[in-house]
Amino acid sequence: MRHLLSAADLGHDEAVMVMDTASQFGSIADRTVKKLPTLRGRTVVNLFYEDSTRTRISFELAAKRLSADVINFAAKGSSVAKGESLKDTALTLEAMGADAVVIRHGSSGAPHRLAHAGWISGSVINAGDGTHEHPTQALLDAYTMRKALCGGKGDLAGLRVAIVGDILHSRVARSNVLLLRTLGADVTLVAPPTLLPHGVQAWPCRTSMHLDDVLGEVDAIMMLRVQSERMQDSYFPTAHEYSQRYGLDASRLARLADRAIVLHPGPMNRGMEISAVVADSGRAVMVDQVTNGVIVRMAVLYLLLGARGPRDVRPDADMPVSA
Amino acid sequence: MRPVREGRFPGAALDHDDIRRAVRRIAHEIVEHRRGTAGLMLIGIPTRGVPIAERIAAAISSIEGTSPPVGSLDITLYRDDLRMRPSRALEPTWIPEQGVDAQHVVLVDDVLYSGRTIRAALDALSDLGRPATVQLAVLVDRGHRELPIRPDYVGKNLPTSASQQVRVEVEEVDGIDRVTIEDQARSAGGDPA
Repeated sequence: MRHLLSAADLGHDEAVMVMDTASQFGSIADRTVKKLPTLRGRTVVNLFYEDSTRTRISFELAAKRLSADVINFAAKGSSVAKGESLKDTALTLEAMGADAVVIRHGSSGAPHRLAHAGWISGSVINAGDGTHEHPTQALLDAYTMRKALCGGKGDLAGLRVAIVGDILHSRVARSNVLLLRTLGADVTLVAPPTLLPHGVQAWPCRTSMHLDDVLGEVDAIMMLRVQSERMQDSYFPTAHEYSQRYGLDASRLARLADRAIVLHPGPMNRGMEISAVVADSGRAVMVDQVTNGVIVRMAVLYLLLGARGPRDVRPDADMPVSA
Repeated sequence: MRPVREGRFPGAALDHDDIRRAVRRIAHEIVEHRRGTAGLMLIGIPTRGVPIAERIAAAISSIEGTSPPVGSLDITLYRDDLRMRPSRALEPTWIPEQGVDAQHVVLVDDVLYSGRTIRAALDALSDLGRPATVQLAVLVDRGHRELPIRPDYVGKNLPTSASQQVRVEVEEVDGIDRVTIEDQARSAGGDPA
């Protein structure tokens, strides 16, 4: 595996290996020296065309814990603001010797273009592109569910997961459906019909328009953020009505199974898709998601960059393997 | 059954009883050197160093009556040859709860060869804390060192040529206790030693 562009790039065994690797990195987070020498001399560029705080700092921390050099390249205030194309930016990063480019872009498919246009030789990691995918978010969500509900081992076979909210515009939902299915979980998408994408029938999941119908039968429920700009676009009548029908409040929380957990990719709109009582309850695992995001991204960086890369010249192909 | 080269060391270089005796002798040497088990901690290097460390601890327990704590230290992330091979899965690391600070740590591995694994283990150990002393116990020393590293406790010295491969199998991992020497060309997979 050289790039991570889509959750569909990961087969079952690869996805489990990422999580197993992440769980080993998890023990490092408890140490006094939280740094590993593994990616010393590698350069990771965070190329962010969209604003992001948690994903960017999560990738930055993950790369730094592995001793990689990190360059943050935000579109605002950079050459991009002066009109530079993605291609020219990529060629610049290539000339500077980037081993990996972590890209967030408003256009779906931009990471794919970057990876396959022949502009750069390093790895490309999709940190969210348009309404398409956000594979590391899906990995950290799967890891969080595995740790909380599956004993921290193996896959998610038989786990029942509901993803609730704006599926139409959500790259998190798309990546999660693909990855959770790969790992054997049963996914139900819950949303008003206006917020379900066209062709959702072909996705490997069920859909429902009634949150109350699915509450009792899920092990994990993922609330998606309702982006404020959508509220003006008449996808639903009023924010209040959305909250009434699709928001997770204390009374709905009480109807979840005892062991069920609540996930949210953040940032949350308290009082909209999730009430403050739920967000602050012991069932909400948002803080774990953030912690797990760092170690999952460490695992991805290690698996993509820890081995021999395109920039490494092998001194001796027949070199004996030493222990 | 894997084909074994008929040569300088036909068949198994060490069998079950040889390994048992070697482990017991190493245990005796450790407690003699340390004059007991106070502050002693055994840390195995996965995969096969860990069960060997556990056996040494059990032998020490039968000699002294107290068992030293045992840990596991994966050194993959500290290897100097990461860039020469595909990425590998990580093995578990667990350290006894008292930590390595001020402990007398004995690193335990199955085979000592180039010394690069031990170099990596020393780096990994220093990121975990500051042991009072660090010693090295290996089941087999096969020579061909590439770094100034030597073992303190050796189960068996096996002179080999660089083209050969020493294969250590332990019951906990492989279902059998055995050390064999194979020609590298004829060996089939497994952990290279």
